[in-house]
Amino acid sequence: MLRYVVKRLLLMIPVIVGISFILFVIMDLTPGDPARSLLGEYARQEDVDALREEWGLNDPFAVRYGRYLASAIRGDFGKSYRTNIPVVQEIISRYPATMKVATLAILFAMAIGIPVGIISAVKQYSLVDFGSMATALLFTSVPPFWLGLMLILIFSLMLRLLPSVGTDSWKSFIMPAAALAAAQMATMTRMTRSTMLEVIRQDYIRTAKAKGASQRYVVLKHALRNALLPVVTVVGIGFGNLLGGSLIIENVFGISGLGTLMVNAVKSKDSPMLIASVMFAALVGGLVNLAVDVLYTYIDPRVRSQYVKG
Amino acid sequence: MTEQATVNPSNPVKKRSQLKAIWFRYRKNKLAMFGLALFLSLVLVAASSGLFLDYDTQVIEQRMRERLQPPSSEHWFGTDQYGRDVFARVVWGTRISLFVGVFTVTIALTVGTLFGALAGYYGGTVDNVLMRIMDIFLAMPGTILAVAIVGALGPGLVNVLLAMAIARIPQFARIVRSAIISIRGQEFIEAAKACGTRDGRIIMRHILPNAIGPIVVQVTLHMATTILGVAGLSFIGLGIEAPTPEWGSMLSEAKEWMRYHPYLMVFPGVAIILSVLSLNLIGDGLRDALDPRMKN
Repeated sequence: MLRYVVKRLLLMIPVIVGISFILFVIMDLTPGDPARSLLGEYARQEDVDALREEWGLNDPFAVRYGRYLASAIRGDFGKSYRTNIPVVQEIISRYPATMKVATLAILFAMAIGIPVGIISAVKQYSLVDFGSMATALLFTSVPPFWLGLMLILIFSLMLRLLPSVGTDSWKSFIMPAAALAAAQMATMTRMTRSTMLEVIRQDYIRTAKAKGASQRYVVLKHALRNALLPVVTVVGIGFGNLLGGSLIIENVFGISGLGTLMVNAVKSKDSPMLIASVMFAALVGGLVNLAVDVLYTYIDPRVRSQYVKG
Repeated sequence: MTEQATVNPSNPVKKRSQLKAIWFRYRKNKLAMFGLALFLSLVLVAASSGLFLDYDTQVIEQRMRERLQPPSSEHWFGTDQYGRDVFARVVWGTRISLFVGVFTVTIALTVGTLFGALAGYYGGTVDNVLMRIMDIFLAMPGTILAVAIVGALGPGLVNVLLAMAIARIPQFARIVRSAIISIRGQEFIEAAKACGTRDGRIIMRHILPNAIGPIVVQVTLHMATTILGVAGLSFIGLGIEAPTPEWGSMLSEAKEWMRYHPYLMVFPGVAIILSVLSLNLIGDGLRDALDPRMKN
């Protein structure tokens, strides 16, 4: 098991390096001069040239990329061209907002999506089933930012219950999380329902019922445990994506998280900032995926036995 | 030999009957049929909008004296802050959004299929190299990748769509690859090889037609997510720019006025939902029709 985890971690390294290379190329092709954009349109050319020299922007591509990699290996990801703050420090200070929204969103989605999926499956073709499937379909088609705006309209502007922008209190995170949760919730509801339906038809469920176990016990103990595996994957993928930050939802609710950081970095041609934040997002996503795979071995003895053998 | 001779002529007939069977199963799915009808009516709206709406005078021309009127018999969806008729803009937006979906997915599909086919068919080093590159792209958040590519290409409708397409290539490559791997080892491919058929022909004639099912499903679902994605980018000002009546950029403009003129938010939003919903329903319906075992 440990060997497997180490192997997976090692496999992430080439991906992260590849990301840095691809973004380095893209940013290199992007027109504009970061030194000029920091100093302003009317700055003296000498000053701009001096700054370019200081940042080493005049060297050939290979030299610049090599230098970047060499210092990145030593843990130095450079300073932001825009704020002159080390990018790692900037990411650490911005990340909690993104993490709070993502965590709250995935909790919302799980708390509603999974139980609704179970009920839909148990009461297949009932009114509840129909209603929840229709809602799920709608939620997969609603743009999250539009949902966010509608929430602002209702809960901030009309009812004045929740703040529409900022991250001042825990209340600020409810609406962005809800806006992001909708699509995840829909996927979870549909997934839970379809895997539950598959499991409910199995022989061992009939056996459990025949033994006289209560409906509740059969559903929660026998069926759910086996139906939950694919749902865990969906939760993992969704959480991994959410932790990468949502540029659009952060924009709507004025949250300065990872997504905002990335967009601003692209806009101001701040390569060190962009590369580091995207690598960070990819790393977090990769770690969540790995965590899900490890979690599998705890939930499903069949998977665990594979590792014992191998 | 005689057996092959009898199998061959019956092939086209069998193909048609398979399509018929899929259509038969699809037709029974009411939601999927509703999605198809909805999508076809959107296509009709998009195609005919040019006939009864003039882009320059009815869609983008500003009439400040008529600004911010609520919905009425004259302006069904009201007017925006520049006095433009929201109905005309939403209708014209159908063109833009459908174009966005079709254009982006076509490019992503073509390039993705090429990569996926090469990786899946040849395997080994080709597969390893191509798929590791795809993994790198897949590990990046798609939206920010698109934003960065737009930065490099410069703004403009086509560049935004190209960026979205590039960001989606790896997903198609992956699907095509796995579909091809599942077919590659089958006997009829071996037979084609034994006959001396070229690799390109085997891929195009024998493998891809058999892998088309999952690809078609992904095409519809990706068109839906692309329309959502471009609307999102336009909403934060990084996608299609004003005065183009793209639904996302209309919402972006309407945001300023939403407190007192909420109707400006409603119609473009509903338009996005309907188009995405129709594609999602078609995708789900096709998936069930193509593989009845998966259906619950």
